[in-house]
Amino acid sequence: MASTIEPAESASAKTMDLLRFATAGSVDDGKSTLIGRLLFDSKSIFEDQLESVEKTSVDRGEEYTNLALLTDGLRAEREQGITIDVAYRYFATPRRKFIIADTPGHIQYTRNMVTGASTADLAIILVDARKGILEQSRRHAFLTTLLQVPHLVVAINKMDLVDYDQAVYERIVDEFTAFASKLEVTDLTFIPISALHGDNVVERSVNMPWYDGSSLLHHLEHVHIASDRNLIDVRFPVQYVIRPHASTDPELHDYRGYAGQVAGGVLKPGDEVVHLPSGLTTTITHIDGPNGPVDEAYAPMSVTLRLADDIDISRGDMIARPHNRPEAAQDLDAMVCWMTPDRVLTPRTKLVIKHTTRTAKALVKDLHYRLDVNTLHRDDQAEGLGLNEIGRISLRVTQPLFVDDYNRNRLTGGFILIDEATNNTVGAGMITGAR
Amino acid sequence: MQRCDYLLSQLDVLEAESIHIFREVAAEFERPVLLFSGGKDSIVMLRLAQKAFWPAPIPFPVMHVDTGHNFPEVMEYRDRRVAELGVRLVVASVQDAIDSGRVVEQKGRRASRNRLQITPLLDAIEEHGFDAAFGGARRDEEKARAKERVVSFRDEFGQWDPKNQRPELWNLFNTRITQGEHVRVFPLSNWTELDIWDYVRREELELPPIYFAHTRRVFERDGLLLDAETGFANRGDDEPEFEASVRYRTVGDASCTGAVKSNAATLEEVIAEIAATRITERGQTRADDRTSEAAMEDRKKEGYF
Repeated sequence: MASTIEPAESASAKTMDLLRFATAGSVDDGKSTLIGRLLFDSKSIFEDQLESVEKTSVDRGEEYTNLALLTDGLRAEREQGITIDVAYRYFATPRRKFIIADTPGHIQYTRNMVTGASTADLAIILVDARKGILEQSRRHAFLTTLLQVPHLVVAINKMDLVDYDQAVYERIVDEFTAFASKLEVTDLTFIPISALHGDNVVERSVNMPWYDGSSLLHHLEHVHIASDRNLIDVRFPVQYVIRPHASTDPELHDYRGYAGQVAGGVLKPGDEVVHLPSGLTTTITHIDGPNGPVDEAYAPMSVTLRLADDIDISRGDMIARPHNRPEAAQDLDAMVCWMTPDRVLTPRTKLVIKHTTRTAKALVKDLHYRLDVNTLHRDDQAEGLGLNEIGRISLRVTQPLFVDDYNRNRLTGGFILIDEATNNTVGAGMITGAR
Repeated sequence: MQRCDYLLSQLDVLEAESIHIFREVAAEFERPVLLFSGGKDSIVMLRLAQKAFWPAPIPFPVMHVDTGHNFPEVMEYRDRRVAELGVRLVVASVQDAIDSGRVVEQKGRRASRNRLQITPLLDAIEEHGFDAAFGGARRDEEKARAKERVVSFRDEFGQWDPKNQRPELWNLFNTRITQGEHVRVFPLSNWTELDIWDYVRREELELPPIYFAHTRRVFERDGLLLDAETGFANRGDDEPEFEASVRYRTVGDASCTGAVKSNAATLEEVIAEIAATRITERGQTRADDRTSEAAMEDRKKEGYF
C-alpha cells in the first residue's frame, strides 16, 4: 500500500477477538439485571451513567436501581417502561470484545429479535427457575435456530429463589432438551445462575457445588467461534469496482480491482475462480487488504481482488470457484419474517429484494404456510403474513441471484424485502431452496 | 492479522465492517459526503474511507460544520489533513447562518452554537444535493445513539424518527430514498472509545495536539473545565481563570466542550487514562448533553449529527 497509509505494527499486545451475542427475555426474567451485571463487573458502566439511572429510578419511586434505563435510550421507552428497539451494548474483557444485541422478548417484538439474531454468534435465552420453560422460551429458541445462531445458552436464572436446587435445574434442562431436539440446535449449553447475586455470572458459584460447568462469562470468553464461518465455499459478492484513472501514475493506470466483503471460503492469489453470471473463469493475481497485499482472504474481511483476465465485472456479480458455485436462481423458497404493520404479505405481492450486493424485483408466488412461533404449528390455510409473523414462501425474482441455502451460509442465504412505495424494509428471508 | 486459525482481531473485524459500509454507500448513493470535524472519530473515519477505495482517491468530499467557535489547533489540523488527502472541503458556516438571519444566536453566558449547527448542516446537504452523510457517531457514546441505525433515514426535513427505523439484518443495508430525503451513515457504530484510541495507535494517526496534556488557561463552570483562551465560552467575572495541565477527550464547539485535568502527554499515557476512567466521554466533557435526559435524542430528531 502507498506510503501515506502504511500502518504500524500494533503497539498493543492484546489480540482480542469479537463475539456478538443476542439476549432474549423480558425484564421479569432478570435480563436487564444480567446485562447490568456483565457491564458492571467488566467496568463498562460508568459512574455518570449509573448516577443518572439511579436518579431517574428514585424520581419514579422505584425500589431498586432500574438497570433497564441504561439500555432503554429513547424517551418513549423510558416513559412507557418498555424496550422498543434493539439496543446495542459493548463491553470487553482482556480476552474478548463483546457486542450485545439486547432485544425485547415479547411476541410483538419478534422482528427485533430476528434482527438482533441475524448477526449473533451466540444467543442467551433467560429462563426463570421458578417458572420453568414458558411459551416465550420456546419461541426464543425457535427464532435462534431459524436465524442459525451457532451457539445457544440457556441461562436458568433466579436459582437463589429455588434454594439453588439441583433438581429444579435438571428438570428444566430435561424439558428444554426434549423441545430442542425438534429444532436444529448445534451447540446447547445450560448454566444455572442468579443474576441478582452474581452466582455463575462472572465467577463460579459456591452455592451450586453440584454444577461443574463454567460461569456464563467464562463461557462467553471461551466459546469457539472460528469454525462457525463457512471457510469451504468461496463466495465473493462484488460490491464496488475500483479504478483509480490516474493517468499520471502508470502503475495505477491499469489498476482494476473488485472490492467486496468475503462471504465464504478462503481466497488466495493463484486460485482459479469463476465469474457469475458470465461463467468465465480466470485467476486471482493479487488480493489487496486494508493494510496492503494479503496472501489469503476469508470472511468477514473486506478486500479487493485483482484478476488475470479482463472480464466485464460489475457490482452485484459473484466470484466463486469453478467447481463450487452458488445456485443462480430466479425461483426461491424461503422462510420470511414480516416486519411491517403497514401491509400484509400475500401471494402476488410485488417487492424489492436485496441479496448480497444485488438488488432486484420479486413477486410472491405462493405462501405455503404460516408458522405459529410458539407451538411450531404450520397453518397451511393462512392467506397472508402480518407484522411479526413467520411463514414459508416462494418468490420469483426478475434476475438471477447467486444463492446458497441459509443453513449453509447466512450471508449468501439471507435477504431483505423492501416496499417500493414506502422504501421501508418490510421483511427478512432465509433461503431454503432455489431453482 | 493472524492467519493460522482464520481469526481476526476485534480491530480487524471493525475495520472490515466499516470499509464494507463505505463501499456500499459509495456504490448506492449519488452524492455522499463525509462530515469531518477534526476530532478523533472523524479522523479515524477518514482513514477508513481512504482504505476502502485505495488506490483510488476518496470518491466524495468532506464537510465541516463550522461553528466559528473552533480551537485553532483543530482548524490547522483540518486544513492540513484535507490538503494531504486531496479531498474537497465544503464548509457549512454557523456564522453565515447567523448573519443571514437563518438562525438566531443564543443569549446569555451559556450561549452555545452547538444546536445552531443543525440549520447550516441541513441547508448544506440540500444546497449540494448530498444524499448520504457519513458521521462519526458511535453507539457507545450516548443512549439515543445506541438506538441508531448504521444507515439511518432522514425525511425531507432532515428529521430522524427513532420509533420508525428500518430493521438492519446481516450486512444488508436498505439504501433506498426518494428525492429530497437523505441518510446519515455511521461506519463507526460498533466502535467504542477505546477501539478508536487503539486504532489511532495501530495506524499511527496524527491527532490535533489538544488531545494531549498541555498548559491552558481554563475556568470552571457546572463542573466542566472550559477554555479561557479563545474567549468563546463567555467567562464571567465571577468565574476565575487559572492555569492547568489539561487535555481534551472530545473535540467540539469551544463554548461547550470541557477539558480534562491530565498530565498524559503521549498516546500511551492517554490510552491508559481512558482505559481507567469511570466517567463517559460525553458526561465528562459536553455541556450540550446536560440540559435534559433526552437532550441528544431531541437534537437528533431535528437533524443533528
